[in-house]
Amino acid sequence: MNKPFKDIAAAPTRREALAVGATLVGGALLVGCSMPDALSAGSKVKPGAFGPFVKVDPDGAVTVVSKHIEFGQGNHAGLAAIVAEEMDADWDRVKVEQAPANAKLYGNTLMGGIQGTGGSSAIANSWTQLRTAGAAARAMFVQAAATKWAVPVAEVTVKDSVVAHPSGRKAGFGELVADAAKVTPPQAPALKDPKAFTLIGSDLVRRKDAQAKSTGTARYTQDVRLPNMLVAVVAHAPLFGGKVASFDAAEAEKVPGVVEIFKIPTGVAVVAQSTYAAKTARDALKVTWDDSKAEKRGTTQILAQYRDLASGKTAAPEKNGWKSFEAHGDTAKATEGGEALEIAYDFPYLAHATMEPMNCVAMIGKGPPRLVFGSQSPTLDQLNTARIAPALPGSVEIETLFAGGSFGRRTNFQSDYVAECVHIAKKVGAGRPVKLVWTREDDMRAGYFRPIVHHALRITLDKDGFPATWRHRVVTQSIMKGAPPGAPTGGDYDETGVEGAKGSPYLKATPVVDAQVLQPDVGVPVLWWRSVGATHTAYVMEHTVDQLAKRAGKDPVEYRRALYGKAGATRHLGVLNLAAEKAGWSEPAPEGWTRGVAVHESFGSVVAQVAEVKLENGVPKVGRVVTAIDCGVAISPDQIAAQMEGGTCYGLSAAMFGQITLTDGKVDQANFDTYRVLRHSEAPKVETYIVTSANPPSGVGEPGTPVIGPAVANALLTLTGQPTFSQPFVKS
Amino acid sequence: MATTLDVNGRPLNVNSPPDTPLLWVLRDELGLTGTKYGCGIAQCGACTVLADGQPIRSCQAPVSALSGMKITTIEGLGGEHPVQQAWVKLDVPQCGYCQSGQIMSAVGLLAQNPNPDDAAIDAAMEGNICRCGAYQRIHAAIKDASAQPAAAK
Repeated sequence: MNKPFKDIAAAPTRREALAVGATLVGGALLVGCSMPDALSAGSKVKPGAFGPFVKVDPDGAVTVVSKHIEFGQGNHAGLAAIVAEEMDADWDRVKVEQAPANAKLYGNTLMGGIQGTGGSSAIANSWTQLRTAGAAARAMFVQAAATKWAVPVAEVTVKDSVVAHPSGRKAGFGELVADAAKVTPPQAPALKDPKAFTLIGSDLVRRKDAQAKSTGTARYTQDVRLPNMLVAVVAHAPLFGGKVASFDAAEAEKVPGVVEIFKIPTGVAVVAQSTYAAKTARDALKVTWDDSKAEKRGTTQILAQYRDLASGKTAAPEKNGWKSFEAHGDTAKATEGGEALEIAYDFPYLAHATMEPMNCVAMIGKGPPRLVFGSQSPTLDQLNTARIAPALPGSVEIETLFAGGSFGRRTNFQSDYVAECVHIAKKVGAGRPVKLVWTREDDMRAGYFRPIVHHALRITLDKDGFPATWRHRVVTQSIMKGAPPGAPTGGDYDETGVEGAKGSPYLKATPVVDAQVLQPDVGVPVLWWRSVGATHTAYVMEHTVDQLAKRAGKDPVEYRRALYGKAGATRHLGVLNLAAEKAGWSEPAPEGWTRGVAVHESFGSVVAQVAEVKLENGVPKVGRVVTAIDCGVAISPDQIAAQMEGGTCYGLSAAMFGQITLTDGKVDQANFDTYRVLRHSEAPKVETYIVTSANPPSGVGEPGTPVIGPAVANALLTLTGQPTFSQPFVKS
Repeated sequence: MATTLDVNGRPLNVNSPPDTPLLWVLRDELGLTGTKYGCGIAQCGACTVLADGQPIRSCQAPVSALSGMKITTIEGLGGEHPVQQAWVKLDVPQCGYCQSGQIMSAVGLLAQNPNPDDAAIDAAMEGNICRCGAYQRIHAAIKDASAQPAAAK
């Protein structure tokens, strides 16, 4: 249930006001006040006796407070297991609760301390933090028992939430919780030897939300119903950068249930008593748009411009020109000479198309601003809400719910849909709850797409058939361009556009490399999309390597092994060998199927896949996909497998069908009838094998996505002899 | 004008205009939020419910057309239905948003065909999109549930 509103927040202190002022202009310019302090100024969130991450009920049930949103990737299970393992808690009596917004307590240590989920970092950034939290809580129970029983701490043991002593005395967490809560938490509790783990790495680690999500009781933003709540639907400009010139609401106002219709910065908002009334009225609105500053090009024109820039036909702008992202050897040799393979690739805009379209509930104008929704980056959402409300960022309360998928869509520097909801709720005022609902069409056409990308390559081989020179040009929009001043953007270019090509073992194994990127401005908002740069770099590097192997007359797996040897890429070699062995690479493929292989590192993990592919009526059909992943310590093998299965479908969906196009600036697709996605019968059968590793855990939510595209293209190369230079494979 | 509906065995009067899709009546008027909005044009299956045992897309079904039919939503399965148990057993859900619709389609399938083969499952589930890509587990869970005699109830 939602808490009742508190009285209007006290006026900020001068120091808080200064902190917020500096925060709002975006710089870390604070004197005597750290960024997390500034970001949490005004917050009423306080940690409990066992710290910010662990709560213990009087009945002994343990609640793990997750600073990360659960939108499918299974992190709640993994995060809870880390705490339960170190705490020796009874896994069946461990619950997960979503943390409130507070950057100081719940900042992501791999995201500069802002609270947010992304970059496949939930487990990785929490690993030491939650092990420590669990071990500290355990130590507090041990101390409480030792004191109560007057026995040495070293003689007290814990198993399944029961504290015991060899004398036969025992007590559950519930019996000891009052005493344990009074123990001073140890700052550096001893952590377990990973060899002693009993929960982590086992199949006992299961999702905690499967029951709620199989009974319709899991609560999403779409499901929020609050007393007196209104529903808002917005008419958005058909072109990116379009503004409202004027609107006629006469017909719309006649729809029963309509409460208010007004202009907001992003369009015209219709506020009504129900979703259907708001949508019906929105459809009856007549809006005249001012497109004078809008992006009016189509994707054909944008892609043609990229090709001309990459080929040199069009000179790069003086400002924001070509930037080198990898160079070694005598780079002049990369441009000419030798018998070269000259190839180019095109990738379209992609929508995330989460099952739950973007939505948000906001209450503004009475007490602190309050949001209830699936917040992927509470800190950014607090900042953007605070600017509009206005309020201290830390005072913005956020209750984070389950979200029906994100794949990157639910966080951006502008908090686009959140800000829209806050504008509407502010106009409605008095703290009255307003739920902003985007229709599928709104969601599909709102931008924040995976950018269009063009790669152009020129490669020569040495006498043994391995790359001697490698010239690489990438043209794509910057994702990080909208970042506030002071945010890490990767220096003088946006690294997310080239990650995966940059740092590739194939470039490392090549004596001469000249790799550059150009990031032109386009008026279409772009965003990270599950696996970000790897969505295209994995394809380019892996499909190119198969073409080189073919040219050299070598087996694709053998060819990679040799290149990984040259580059010292031992983890790549490890997953390649595991996948090749499990797939039976050395044996012929099953009758009627052709195999393709691909390997890629992203978010600290390396994934290899061997896909079995055939053509049915000219359309690729993917059957068995053998996957090997090296993701460090495997906390939940079953959830890692689930992410490989799901990530493979997400990547295959894009490679096969995914495409957003624009004609004269307008998005051509609107819904799942025009934006084709992978369906049930098209899903491959993914088998997952995990490399045993003692390294700290790395990402699994994204690394399973980018590998299937090139694996399929490589199978098609073997099958048809033809490379595939653009996605999607199936043209609509 | 009120429409009378039979939802999960309960007769209910609803006040939404007769052209209102069942989806919005269930969610906004009756508070049965387990049935989800995904596309509004019967393309994704997130809104699937049973009408007289047949899976229908509630986003495209005007409430006036359903008078006298027995509507079953995810809430009406009771939580311990063999299909739901199979879903939990195999940890099928990821984000979970599409799963009410997936489960209702699966229940509808198994009522017609207690032992569906792969092709029958593919055909019955083709209209239910899962962007998390849990298809493999959905498929396996249907097979798991089909082995349970009560699944066809």
